[in-house]
Amino acid sequence: MKKRFPFISQLDASRYFEVYRNLHSYNEIETAFRKGTIKMAVVLPNHFAEDLQHFNKVQVQLIADASDPNFANTVSNYATSIIMDYKNRITDEKKLPYTISTDIRMLYNPQMKGAYNFVPGVMAMVLLLVCTMMTAITIVREKEIGTMEVILVSPMKPQLVVFAKAVPYLLLSVINIASILLLSVFVLEVPINGNIFLLVFESILFTLVSLSLGLLISAGVDSQQTAMFISLIALFLPTIMLSGFMFPIENMPLPLRTISNIVPAKWYYIIVRSVMIKGVGLKDVWKETLILAGMMTFFLTVAVKRFKIRLA
Amino acid sequence: MSAAVSVNNIIKTYGKKKAIVTALQDISFEVKPGELFGIIGPDGAGKTSLFRILTTLLLADSGTATVDGFDVVKDYKEIRKRVGYMPGRFSLYQDLSVQENLEFFATIFNTSIDENYDLIKDIYRQIEPFKDRKAGKLSGGMKQKLALSCALIHRPSVLFLDEPTTGVDAVSRKEFWEMLKRLKQQGITILVSTPYMDEASLCDRVVLMQDGHVLSINTPQQIVNNFGKPLWAARAGNMLHLLNDLKQSEAVDNAYPSGTYHHVVLKDGYDEKFLLQKIKENNNELEIKQIQPDIEDCFMKLMR
Repeated sequence: MKKRFPFISQLDASRYFEVYRNLHSYNEIETAFRKGTIKMAVVLPNHFAEDLQHFNKVQVQLIADASDPNFANTVSNYATSIIMDYKNRITDEKKLPYTISTDIRMLYNPQMKGAYNFVPGVMAMVLLLVCTMMTAITIVREKEIGTMEVILVSPMKPQLVVFAKAVPYLLLSVINIASILLLSVFVLEVPINGNIFLLVFESILFTLVSLSLGLLISAGVDSQQTAMFISLIALFLPTIMLSGFMFPIENMPLPLRTISNIVPAKWYYIIVRSVMIKGVGLKDVWKETLILAGMMTFFLTVAVKRFKIRLA
Repeated sequence: MSAAVSVNNIIKTYGKKKAIVTALQDISFEVKPGELFGIIGPDGAGKTSLFRILTTLLLADSGTATVDGFDVVKDYKEIRKRVGYMPGRFSLYQDLSVQENLEFFATIFNTSIDENYDLIKDIYRQIEPFKDRKAGKLSGGMKQKLALSCALIHRPSVLFLDEPTTGVDAVSRKEFWEMLKRLKQQGITILVSTPYMDEASLCDRVVLMQDGHVLSINTPQQIVNNFGKPLWAARAGNMLHLLNDLKQSEAVDNAYPSGTYHHVVLKDGYDEKFLLQKIKENNNELEIKQIQPDIEDCFMKLMR
């Protein structure tokens, strides 16, 4: 159905690329990138074949999503070498000095700054660190120092105890979010391309997810050490490894890719990169937002349910 | 009027199959409204477990209990609204000041300090000069006064005090018991546990407990009256030697050190003259006299 250029078929045939669709204008390229459905666009000039035959040279533009600079680099290098490979093949056949040059454009991050990658990652890490770890020990601490014993013998409802524990850390996190954003804009010079209110809203949402996760841990364990241990092993490592911040999730084996779906930081990382670097609006990240909201509701409900109304 | 607290056949064990510790073994008693009821027993007698069951913090393995007419399992929410509980361990916020602690507990019980100030004023007045001091920086006696104020701030109908005088100096202990007497006059039922036998006589009624068993439930006077046998106090130049001689004598039922004397209970059919004959040659400065038994002596007798 689609008439394809031979080297596009070759890209598709390699195990690194999959051709998503043929686009017909620059506007469509922009939309596809914002949706996050494509990682690279290949722009072929009009009269590609004629140019190649008459002038013996042609230029192909590669546009890569450089909100993750490492990924963009890898992708454009692979594509370039496949195109070169194709050129060598047709030159061999025709015995003519054809040249196909590639012009690489790094979208969203033309300077290939690493900060574009690690600011969203660090935001996810810091918020998780403060919220989950701090809240994980708060309820347990009351159990340890004995104040929980008195609080329990009072009309205080479990929900109220749990929510009251979350509020101070939420306020603390708002300050955290503000300082990270200020630092990234003014010191690391990472722009906020999207709506700042959306970014703050999403960050608060992620904070709430982390808080409820911390409360969930806290409600279920009996000592501060256990709480620390669980939040460190069961949360910290997966967040570093499986959020997409250190290693691209696409490259992981299927079991890890599946597990990564339950790591809240993965979804937040996607949202921050989309909103902050690519500048998209809520309509392109609503799915991730919904997942985070769902996680929050789930964790909070379980935390309140698991909150022990008695000592043992 | 029905009992303020009633405990029926409560059994509580800890641990799993291999190492079961029985904390409470079939405990039953009733506390009348407005009574100052003492639970007396050494460490490990099961006092704290009993208090935690009554304050709805623990579930008993079997048996039922009611507090102020409410079941401790089914109506735990009602009970939590109307009892005051002071755990054995200091359980207030150490990093809040005296006043902040009081305000905090007033708030979680939906009341205010002003509303029930008359109830706590006798106690609170004594710590008021330090109201801006952190609770963790208070002396032991002041901590207990603050904890009692916090437990009273919502005018509870039943007050549970778990070892309130443990680790408190003699003067503060006396003051504390005087406070309890004044609270009793306000119509509050008070359950207080203590390992100090001498405090038993300050209660209206006491239950003596040992290893999860009830030894006796009665007024302190009746418990003493039930002692039933003459009690002798003996002393000599070498107290250790005397104790050994007493324990080996066939006339002695029980002998144990108590203060500067050894208390001696004789077996039926023997009298102190027989005992004196037996042990006087080995013990110089021997002195033996009959004394009135106290709660501790009763406890020693019941324990055997």
